[in-house]
Amino acid sequence: MNAVSALGELLVLFGVFFYFLSALGLIRMPDVYNRMQTATKSATLGSLGVIIGTGIWAVGKGLYWGWITKSIVIAVFILLTNPISAHALIRGAYKSGIPLWKGSVVDRYREALKEKEGGEE
Amino acid sequence: MGEAGKISRYLYTVIVLFIIWLFLTSSLDVQELEIGFVMSLIVAAFSYELFTTNGLRNLHPKRIAYAAAYIPYFLWAMIMANLDVAYRVLHPKRPINPGIVECKTVLKSDVGKLSLANSITLTPGTITLDVMGDRYFIHWIDVKDSTVEGASENITRPFEKFLKVIFG
Repeated sequence: MNAVSALGELLVLFGVFFYFLSALGLIRMPDVYNRMQTATKSATLGSLGVIIGTGIWAVGKGLYWGWITKSIVIAVFILLTNPISAHALIRGAYKSGIPLWKGSVVDRYREALKEKEGGEE
Repeated sequence: MGEAGKISRYLYTVIVLFIIWLFLTSSLDVQELEIGFVMSLIVAAFSYELFTTNGLRNLHPKRIAYAAAYIPYFLWAMIMANLDVAYRVLHPKRPINPGIVECKTVLKSDVGKLSLANSITLTPGTITLDVMGDRYFIHWIDVKDSTVEGASENITRPFEKFLKVIFG
């Protein structure tokens, strides 16, 4: 085992750790909004770690160096698209009327929506 | 900022597509480069109108330098964000204090706003819920300051100084 493939394995381990936290967060958090927080961030970083780690590991094993460039392209596209899907889900949850957790301290969005309706009437 | 000329937008699209091709094929063979260049020219002809409004102005050296500085800064912020959320998940008392706050942004362009919204979603305990003009509604897992100015100071300022130069 050489240093490059060891680095790749380390990155995969790092990614798996964040996948685990993401799953744990889904169970522990009280409402859909807080669950999205753990599900998007940790899952994105976990995917980055696993994908880049696989690329580096494969190059370290003496495979074709295209592995690393392709994994970088995949990582960039995940980084660009994952937050958009998270935003769509959380906005959909709000629009369909799911209430915030009882411990939430402030909801500016409701105020702004009311303001907007008031202005149109 | 107005739209750039058609030729500038077309060339910018060709360059970006060709770079993606280089990464995907990961080969410097002449035949691969030729067919990739031809395909970039054809695909760009169909897609440049949707792809960019700034054209070659995006390749200004100052913008590229700021973008290069932004990537490590952003990755670092993202790792810290994840450790922060990890702490909240693993702590037995679950120390969260969530709420929806409002931020104002100084960014003007649509691409800039999109990048800011994406950056916010991926970093410290915040998800963009909706955008109306220059007002961002953000779900924050640990509300420190519920006023508009305070929230903007905490959430959007650190990214804006980079994104303002990169996207205008």
